[in-house]
Formats: sequence, C-alpha cells, structure tokens
Amino acid sequence: MADPKEAIKEKSMVIQKDMLANLFKELSNTKESGKKVVYTFVPGNLTELILSFDMLPVYPEINALQSGMRKKSAAYIREAEKLGFSEDVCTYVKCDIGMMLNGNIGPTGEKLPPPDLLLLSYTGCFTFMKWFENLERLYPGVPVAMLHTPYQEDGCITQEQIDYMVKQLKEEVIPKMEMVAGKKFDMQRLSEMMVNSAKSEDLLVKILESAKNKPSPIDAYFAGVYYIGPIFTAFRGTDEAVEYYTELWNEVQERMRLGLGPITPEGELKEEKFRLVVEGPPNWTNFREFWKIFYDMGAVIVASSYTKVGGVYDLGFRHDEKFPLESLAKYCMGCYTNLNLPQRVNLLADYVKEYKADGFLINSIKSCNSFSAGQLMIMREIEQRAGVPVGFIESDLVDPRYFSYANIKNRLESYFQMLGQRKVIMAQEEATV
Amino acid sequence: MRPLNDILTYCNEVAFDLNFTYAKKWKTEKSNRALVGFLPIYFPREIIHAVNGLAIGVMGAGDHKQIIKGDAYYQSYICHLPRGIIEMALDHSLETFDGFIFPAICDCVRNLSGMFKLAKKGQFQRYFDYPQNFDASIGGVFYNQELHKISEDVFKVNGVKLTTENLNQSIKLYNTNRKLIEEIYNIRQEYPWRLSAVDTYKIVRAGLSITVENHNKILEEVIGNITEESGEPMDNIRVVINGSFCEQPPLGLIKSIEMAGCYIVDDDFMLGSRWIQGDVEDDTNDPLGALVNAYLTKSTFSSAVYDVGNPKGKRLVQLAKNRNADGVIFSAASFCDPALLDRPELQKECDAVGIPHINFQYHENTGQFKVIKEQAGTFSDSIKLWA
Repeated sequence: MADPKEAIKEKSMVIQKDMLANLFKELSNTKESGKKVVYTFVPGNLTELILSFDMLPVYPEINALQSGMRKKSAAYIREAEKLGFSEDVCTYVKCDIGMMLNGNIGPTGEKLPPPDLLLLSYTGCFTFMKWFENLERLYPGVPVAMLHTPYQEDGCITQEQIDYMVKQLKEEVIPKMEMVAGKKFDMQRLSEMMVNSAKSEDLLVKILESAKNKPSPIDAYFAGVYYIGPIFTAFRGTDEAVEYYTELWNEVQERMRLGLGPITPEGELKEEKFRLVVEGPPNWTNFREFWKIFYDMGAVIVASSYTKVGGVYDLGFRHDEKFPLESLAKYCMGCYTNLNLPQRVNLLADYVKEYKADGFLINSIKSCNSFSAGQLMIMREIEQRAGVPVGFIESDLVDPRYFSYANIKNRLESYFQMLGQRKVIMAQEEATV
Repeated sequence: MRPLNDILTYCNEVAFDLNFTYAKKWKTEKSNRALVGFLPIYFPREIIHAVNGLAIGVMGAGDHKQIIKGDAYYQSYICHLPRGIIEMALDHSLETFDGFIFPAICDCVRNLSGMFKLAKKGQFQRYFDYPQNFDASIGGVFYNQELHKISEDVFKVNGVKLTTENLNQSIKLYNTNRKLIEEIYNIRQEYPWRLSAVDTYKIVRAGLSITVENHNKILEEVIGNITEESGEPMDNIRVVINGSFCEQPPLGLIKSIEMAGCYIVDDDFMLGSRWIQGDVEDDTNDPLGALVNAYLTKSTFSSAVYDVGNPKGKRLVQLAKNRNADGVIFSAASFCDPALLDRPELQKECDAVGIPHINFQYHENTGQFKVIKEQAGTFSDSIKLWA
C-alpha cells in the first residue's frame, strides 16, 4: 500500500503541536529544572491546581493514546499481558504499564520523568482507581492523593457532594501537593488561572457549536480530539491555551464566512453529505484510516460525546474564579462519563436535534466499560426519541487486534447507504407534500 | 434440628429461585413492607430491615436461565452478570420489587443502574456510592448521606421512618448472621469434609433470598449438624478462592475444584455477607454512624475498595496463612476489570511468600468444567507431591 499523503495542517494545529512538544521537552528536563511531576487523568483533571504549584501534569491515558497512534501500543500491551494482565481488561492500562516497563519513553521519544505525586482524581471511570493502585506499586513510595468524585446518581450535582469534594481537596489533595511541591497553596493564583480557563472554555464552546452551521466548518469528533487537547490536558488556565483557542476560533469563523467544510488529513471535505452525532471514544491505532472512511463517504461528525469527557462546557459550566475549589468540584462531577445514563441520553438526543444530524452512530470500545456498558440501550432510546437511523460499530482504544478495517468499513458503508436512501425518500415525500 | 440434607434442599430452592417466590410472598403477608433488590458486592442490609423492608440479593441469572433479551443489551466484551439481570428485569422476575440498589463496584454495574432508570424498573433505582476516602469526617460524612438517601427511598415506598431502636435491633440480627457464617467457615477450616464448599455456598447464598431471622435459624441448625463428626477426610489440598466476588461462578465450577482434590477453606463468593469483619456496634444512639464506622474500619479487602495504605495482596496472603491454605486459586469472571486488574499484583504477593497459585476465568453460565478440573487437579497433585 502506498504511503498516505502528508496530512494537511492549519495554523492552530501547528501551534498545538508546538505546545505539546514544549511540554514534553519540559517534562524531560525536570531533573535539571527541579519541577515536580504529577501523574493524573484527563476526566476531572485538576490542571489549574497542579500548575498553581508550578508542577507539571502527565496524563497516562494521553500517553497510551499517543502510543496507539504511533503504532507502539501493541508491543506495550503484550508486555503487560506477559506480566499477567488479562486480555479482557482495559488496554489503556496495559499500554501504559507496558510503556513504563520499556523505559517510559513518551510520545516525542523523550523519557518521561517518574511521578512525584500520583493524583487519583477518578471521575466517571472505576478502572482509573485500579490503574493507580497498580501505578502505586510500580512507583513505591510515591505519595498518592485520592479525590473521590461522586457520580451524578440523581442527575444533578448536590451541595453535599460539592462539600465532600471541597473537603477532600482541602484536607487530602492540597496538603499532599504542598508537601510534594514544597510550597504553600496560593488561592489567588488558582483564581487568576480560572479566568483564563473560562476564556478558553467560552471559545471551545463557540468552536464546537460552529458545527450547527451547514456545512459544518469542523469535524467535532476526529478533529474535535485535537481541539480538546490543550483544554483537557496541561494547558487549561494558561495564556497559551487562550491564544490557541483564539487562533482556532478565528480559523473556524473564516471557514464559516467562506462556507467551507472541515479540514481533514486528506484535505478539505468538499461536499457534506451526512451529518452524524457519535457516541464513544475513537480508535487510536488506525485513527487516520478510520477518519478517512467518513471522509470518503462525505460524512462529518457534528457532535460527539467523546469531546465532553473533560467537561461538558456546552451545558454552561465554566471555572469560576470567585469559587475556585467549588468550581473544581463541579467541574469533576460534570464530566460526561460522570453523567448517569438518562442524562447522557438527553444530551445526545438534544445534539441530534440541535445539530440537525442525519444519524446517530456508536463506536463501542472493547476496553471502556464506562462508555460501552449500556450503549445498546442508549442507541434504542436515541432511535426512539430522535427518530434518526442509528449505527453501531466496534473497535478498541489502543489494541490493534480489535480494529478490523474491513468489518468497520463494511458496516459503515451499509449504514451510509441506508442514510442516503432515507434522504432520497424524505426528499420525495417533501416534494409530494 | 432438621437434618442437613433437608436444610440443603431448602437452601438450594431459595438461593436459586430467580422468581424470588419467598420474598414476594413475604411482601404480601403484611402491608407497608418494602422489597429491595441489591447487586453485589456489599450492601448494609440492616438499613432496609430497620424500615420494614427485605433486601434481596440479585446475584445474576447464573446457569439457571437462558439469556435471550439480555444479550441484545450488551456487547460480547461485557461480563455476563448484567445481561442476566436485564433478562430478569425484562421477563418480569423482578416485578414486585419496590426498588433496586447498585453498589459502586465497577462501571458495568454503575451503568446498569442507569439502564434500570431508563426502563423505569421499581420505584427507585439507586447507585449506591461508597466513599474511597476513609476519614470519618470526610468519607464517613459522605457515606452517612448515602445511607440517608436509601432510608428516604424506602420511606417513599412504605412510609416507615428509620428509628434508632429499629436500626440497633437490625444490626444485632446481622451481627448474629455474620458471626454464624464465620463460625461455619471456622469449623470448615478444621474439618472441611463435614460440609462441602458447594453446600456452604448454597447455605450462605440462601441468606440473600430470605429474612435474616430465618437465615439465622438455618445457620444455627447447620452448625448443630456439622459440629459433630461426619464424612471422611480426604487427601486434599487446602485452597483459598479469590476473584469471584461479583458475577458468581456456576455450582459446577465450585464442585469441579473440590472434586479435583481441593478443599476450599475460604473464598469471596458471597463476600457481601462477610464484608464487615467483626460486630457493628448495636447499642448506640447513632446506629447509622455505627454502620458508617464499621464500613470505614472493619471492611474486608476487595477489588472494589481503594487499597493504598492497606494493600489487598498482603491481606490475601494473611488470609491464606490464617486458613492454613496450601495455595490460592484466582478465579475471576471474564471481563471483570476490578478482579482481573488486581490479579497480577495479588499473584506477585503470593509469589513473594511462596504461596502457589493458579488462575482461570469463567462466566456465570459456563457449562464445561473439564479444563478447570484438570487444571485444579494438576495444581492439587503438584502441591501434594512437591510442596
């Protein structure tokens, strides 16, 4: 097979690439700089708090997905399975552990520093807890700060839950951060960062909601994962993030003004044939091939749940500099996978309507029960409520053994044929009326 | 005292009755009774008992029901437990239940609570979150609030308020229950041939389908039966089973392990019934606080509990030593993230102190045990010959 042509990149993509490269550079230099390193997770991350202590965050699931995209995950997973991890369990965990066993070389080829603190702010994923129990044993003696995020069992966030989280922050998380960083907590600094957080969040919402336009100037799933990168990881609350989102928003506005479709690695999508809402994370091992199937079919993803794992900002939440700790608590509890199933169904059904989608598609991930368990029921509910055809494909996050290109392509082709036929019928019916 | 065989026949009937005939009949016998289903692992049943309710364990369909609709709700890579439970919900086996409790253990069970909400099964469907912070003033306060929610849920069903006196009384009954179960395990430790692991399992599991008062009587009768010598000791090794705490293994699997030459001297099959180690304070002005305190300070080890500071590997090793076990069998349900993610670390701890171990995976409706029996048999032989 011929090598794929070089992916087309916008200016904002270049900025983002530089931001990430600088971060990994900084991480590889911690011995010299003396900066402390905090391992933590994306959903419900406490980035502003970490940065307010001048510490650097590392996100194991980001390393795993990067390993997947760079075709390194298969070997890492095999390594973890040799240690006794079952084929059945989360491949992010296995990939991460395999990476550590192989020298902890990060996505840019530079060695990642070991953690000075393991910050287990586990939100919406029970496996996170098991993951960090394993990490704690791989890095004996490294302190662990646990932040238990209550689930939105009743479909809302209660004051009692906020109080519980704030108390954990004050009495468990912050003291451990102070101890590791060797400095006192600075509430003022945290508040100031939250002003920037809210600015980035405002911009991200505008960018994601631009997909309500026809044609959509963005792909809110495949490109969306790049858009959420800075805000869901190490940059929320920084000037750099605000600059990145400002640039990205300018680009998106320009595309809207010109009536252009989204940029993809294969080039600009010239004709928007289908608009979809997608539930579930993408596959990372064959990310570009996967995206290209949609590109070839003229399909654009106008909204997705995956771009909400680090915050459902379009529902209105913003970090609030007036109540920084309460705001962190609400943020953690508001992430997508911390929503109960009826909330998820409501959100997705609303997306189908608001973004005028032609269909609803689930990419069900073998590794991720937090998303996958219950998806078939979600699918039925959306079909009934939104009245659009639903599709279902299966793959995995970073285990290439579970990405079957032919199967997925075949299913998607059938699905798009059905959507196409439906459009013809609907047009005929409209003409008759 | 009834003969053991009669007790076992009864326990077998109630433990695996997926129509929950006993519980449904109990509910109709008096007004303002509430029937509440709960899933594995642990749920403090005392609180339901104290408000005129009966907490019934919904432990899955096992190999007792053909799954037809349930499979349409779950992908092949999700464990078997929730598909059996959805099957029961859809075929009306759970129809008389007033509410359901889904203890926090994994993402599958958590999302199943949402599926029950969407399907509107029962008057309430509560995901019961446990604190992973074990400080009384932080996690304890949270857990207290979670318990209050349950009593409020039941109050909406039957109008019965939680009182100090009633909760103390309920705690007393469950303290007795835990003590009696532990006594059976202790007798079995010395004389495992007197009561097989399969029969022990049936007896303990029956307690999740009947009232605690009735179960306590049964346990007393069982103890009466096994206090005296019966049966013949075999040349078996002694093993602890770990990893079967949620989706339950089929009886055939437990039997296969025994027949392969292993006395199961401890296990985590019905871990919820043995969760609290020791008594909960039962003569206090704050019995809810006593339940909270017991959870924070007397919980057993489990894959569902954050264990940094008190690693479960060390606790498993200690259990194996206390039970004088020759080895550990890691037997986990397929696709069970909590059990399977813990396994390498637990194995490492066993290796560190020279406890031999084997592992395999199962589904609750696994039908072929030949391979497992051979594996357990080889394990037993190797210990007998070379340990």
